Amino acid sequence: MDCNSALIGPQIVTGLILGFLYALIALGYTMVYGVLKLINFAHDVIFATGGIFVFYAFGLWFGITDPVAGPELVLTVTVALLAGGIASAVSAAALERFAYRPLRRRNAARLSYLITAIGASFFMTYMYQQDFLLGTGKRQFPNYMDRQSAIFDSLMGTRVTDIMFLLVITSIVCLVILDRFINQTRTGRSIRALSEDITASQLMGVNIDRVIVTTFVVGGFFAGIAGVLYGMRFGNVVFNMGFIPGIKAFTAAVLGGIGNIRGAMLGALALGLIENVSSVCIGSEWKNVIAFSVLVLVLVFKPTGLMGERMGG
Amino acid sequence: MAQNTNLRVYLDNNYPKTSGRLPDGVVKVLQGPFALWFKIGYGRYLFGLLIMIAIPILIDPEIIPAFEGLDSPIPFIQGGFGIRVLVVTGIWILLALGLNVVVGMAGLLDLGYVAFFMLGAYTTAFMTSSGGDDQFHIVVWPNIASLPFAVLVCVLAGVALGIPTLRLRGDYLAIVTLGFHEIVRQTANNLTITNGSRGIPGIERPDLGFPESIGGFSTEFGVLSSHTYWLFLLIPAIILAVIMIRHLEDSRIGRYWTAIREDEVAASAMGVPVVKMKVLAFAIGASTSGVAGWIFAGYATFISPNNFPLLYSILILCAVVIGGLGSISGAVLGAILVTGLPEVVREASGGQTVFGFDPETGRIAIFGFLLIVVMIFRPGGLLAPRRRRVELSEAGAAEGVIVDESAGKQKDQLAGSATLTETRQKGDT
Repeated sequence: MDCNSALIGPQIVTGLILGFLYALIALGYTMVYGVLKLINFAHDVIFATGGIFVFYAFGLWFGITDPVAGPELVLTVTVALLAGGIASAVSAAALERFAYRPLRRRNAARLSYLITAIGASFFMTYMYQQDFLLGTGKRQFPNYMDRQSAIFDSLMGTRVTDIMFLLVITSIVCLVILDRFINQTRTGRSIRALSEDITASQLMGVNIDRVIVTTFVVGGFFAGIAGVLYGMRFGNVVFNMGFIPGIKAFTAAVLGGIGNIRGAMLGALALGLIENVSSVCIGSEWKNVIAFSVLVLVLVFKPTGLMGERMGG
Repeated sequence: MAQNTNLRVYLDNNYPKTSGRLPDGVVKVLQGPFALWFKIGYGRYLFGLLIMIAIPILIDPEIIPAFEGLDSPIPFIQGGFGIRVLVVTGIWILLALGLNVVVGMAGLLDLGYVAFFMLGAYTTAFMTSSGGDDQFHIVVWPNIASLPFAVLVCVLAGVALGIPTLRLRGDYLAIVTLGFHEIVRQTANNLTITNGSRGIPGIERPDLGFPESIGGFSTEFGVLSSHTYWLFLLIPAIILAVIMIRHLEDSRIGRYWTAIREDEVAASAMGVPVVKMKVLAFAIGASTSGVAGWIFAGYATFISPNNFPLLYSILILCAVVIGGLGSISGAVLGAILVTGLPEVVREASGGQTVFGFDPETGRIAIFGFLLIVVMIFRPGGLLAPRRRRVELSEAGAAEGVIVDESAGKQKDQLAGSATLTETRQKGDT
C-alpha cells in the first residue's frame, strides 16, 4: 500500500466519470430487477448494441469519421446518442418479447429465467464476433467528435476532454429525466406498482405486459446511450465490450440496493471511485478483482445495498 | 426399488406416444435384451467400459500393435486428432457431471464452475515438478500424489465460497460465482508464483507405474505420454463419478437436494438442513472438477489463466442445460455436443467457416441460442430425467409411477399414461 497522494486527485475525477457511465448501465439492471425480480444478464449486450449500431451507422453507412464542428457537431452527437439508445431499446424489447415473455406465460422457475438470460447474452455477443458482423478485433469508433480537445486542462490534475464532459452531462440529464419519469408520470407509477406487487397491480387494471416492455425499453435506451458514450470515450467497439462494464454496473446496482434507482446512481459513483482510487494504492491490474470483491462483500454483509431496495424516491 | 422389466409397461409409463405406435412383435423381440439390461445390474457399467474402450480403438486402430496400418472406419475424427478430441470431451464430461450436481440436482446456478477446475489444475502444477524451474512449485512430488490434494483444494474452495454465499437469494449466487471465477482468474494472472499470464510450463505427467509393455504394446515407460492412455485414465474416472452421483441421487442427500430445488421454504420447514446441503452440493460438484483439473494439468503439461476463460463456465452450463438438468446421461450427452461436436464440425469443414460461422466462436452463439430454445420449449433438456418428468405433473405423479408387473391392471396403466401424456403436453407448450 503506497498511496501516492499526487495521483489520487486525478483518479477521483476519472473514477467519477467512469461512475457516471456505470450509472447509465446500472439503471437497466435495477429497473428490470425491481419489476421482475430478475437479473437481466443480457443487459450487457444491450449496452454493447447501442455502441455497435452507431459504429455501423456512422462509421460504415454515413461515413462520418472525421471530427465535425459547430451546430453540425451538436446535431451529430444528438442523433448518435438517440440512434444508439433506440437500437438498444429495440433489442431490449425483442429480448423481452421472445425470450422472457414465453417463460412468464409458462410460469417458469427462476432458474429458467437466469439460464435464458445467459443464453441470450452469449448468443448476441458471439454473433457480433462472427466475421459477417464485427469480427474478433477492436474496431475503431467513428471519430465525429474531436477526442483531443479538452474543456478543462487540469481539473484536480487531470485533463477532462470534451467527450468526458459530454458523458457526465448526458448521464446527469438522463438520470434526472428517469427519476422524474418514475416518480411523476402515470407509467412510472405503474412501474412502481409492479415492483411492489405484480398480482395486485394486475388486479388494479395495470397492463403488466406493456409496463414490463416499457421497463425493458427505458433501461435499454439508457444502456444504448451509455454504449455510444463508451465508444466515443474509448475510441473503439469490440464484440464483448459489454461484459466488464455490464458486470461492474450490476455490482454498482447491488451496492446501491438493487431495484432502487437513486441507489443505482449512488452505487455506480461509489464503485467508479473505489475502483480507480484503489488502482493507485494497490495496482491497476487488481482493479477487477477489487470490484468483484466489493460485490461479494456487499452481498454477504449488506445484501439490501446502501439505500435499500425500494424503487420509488 | 424393484425395477420393472416388462418393456411394454416401461414404454407406456415413459413414452406413451411412442409406445402406442410400436407393434407387439417388435416389443416381444426387444423384451429379452431389455430384461437382461436390468438383470446385469452393475454389469451395465462394465458394458459402458467395454464400449468406451472400443471407441478409441475404432478411432485410432494403430494403438493396438496388431492393427498397425489399419485405417479407422470413422470419418473426420480418426487417428491422433480423434483421440485428442476424445480426451478433451472426457474432461468436459467430468466437469459437466460435477456441475450437474450443483445446478441440476440442487438447483444452484453456478456461473463460475471453471474456477474450481482451474484451482485443481494449478494445485497439481504447484505440487509437481515443472519445467525444471523451481519457482512454480511448493513441493516436488510425483504427479499422482497431487490428485488427492487437487480434489481437496477444490472441495475446500467450494465450502469456503459456499458458506457465506449460499445463504443469499438464488439469483445473487449466480453473480457471486461469476465474480469468483474472475477473482480466481485475475489473481492467477497477476501473481508471480503463477507466472502471471505466461502460465506454468512443463508440468510432469503422471506415472501410473505401468510396466513397460502390456500385452505386447508399449506403454511408453509407464508414463501417460501418449494421448490414448489418457483415455484409459479418464474412462474409469468418469465411471466412478457416475456411480458416485447415481448413488447420491438416490440417497437421502439426493432427495434433500430435490426438495431444496423444488421449494426451498417448504424444504426448510420440513427440517431439511438447507444451507448444509447446498454447501455439500457445492463441495461434491467441485470435487469432480478437481479430478478434471488434475487430468488437464498433466495432459496439457502447460496451464495459464487463458486456458480457463469465463465463457467455459458458461459452455459447461450450456452442456448441462441442453442435455437435461439433473440427468446424468444428459450431462454426458451435453458435454459431447458442446465440445466434441464442434471439433468434428471444424475438422469436417477444414478450418473454413460454416454458413459464415467460425466453428470455435460460432458454437457459443449457437449454444447460447439453444439455451433459450431449450428453456422455452423443453425445460427438461434433451434427456430429461425420469424423476423430473414425473415431477412436472403434480396430479399425475401418483398414478404415473404405478408400475405393475402383471398385465392385469391394464386400466390403471392407461390412466397413468394418459395423465403423463397430458403433463407432457402441458410441459411442451
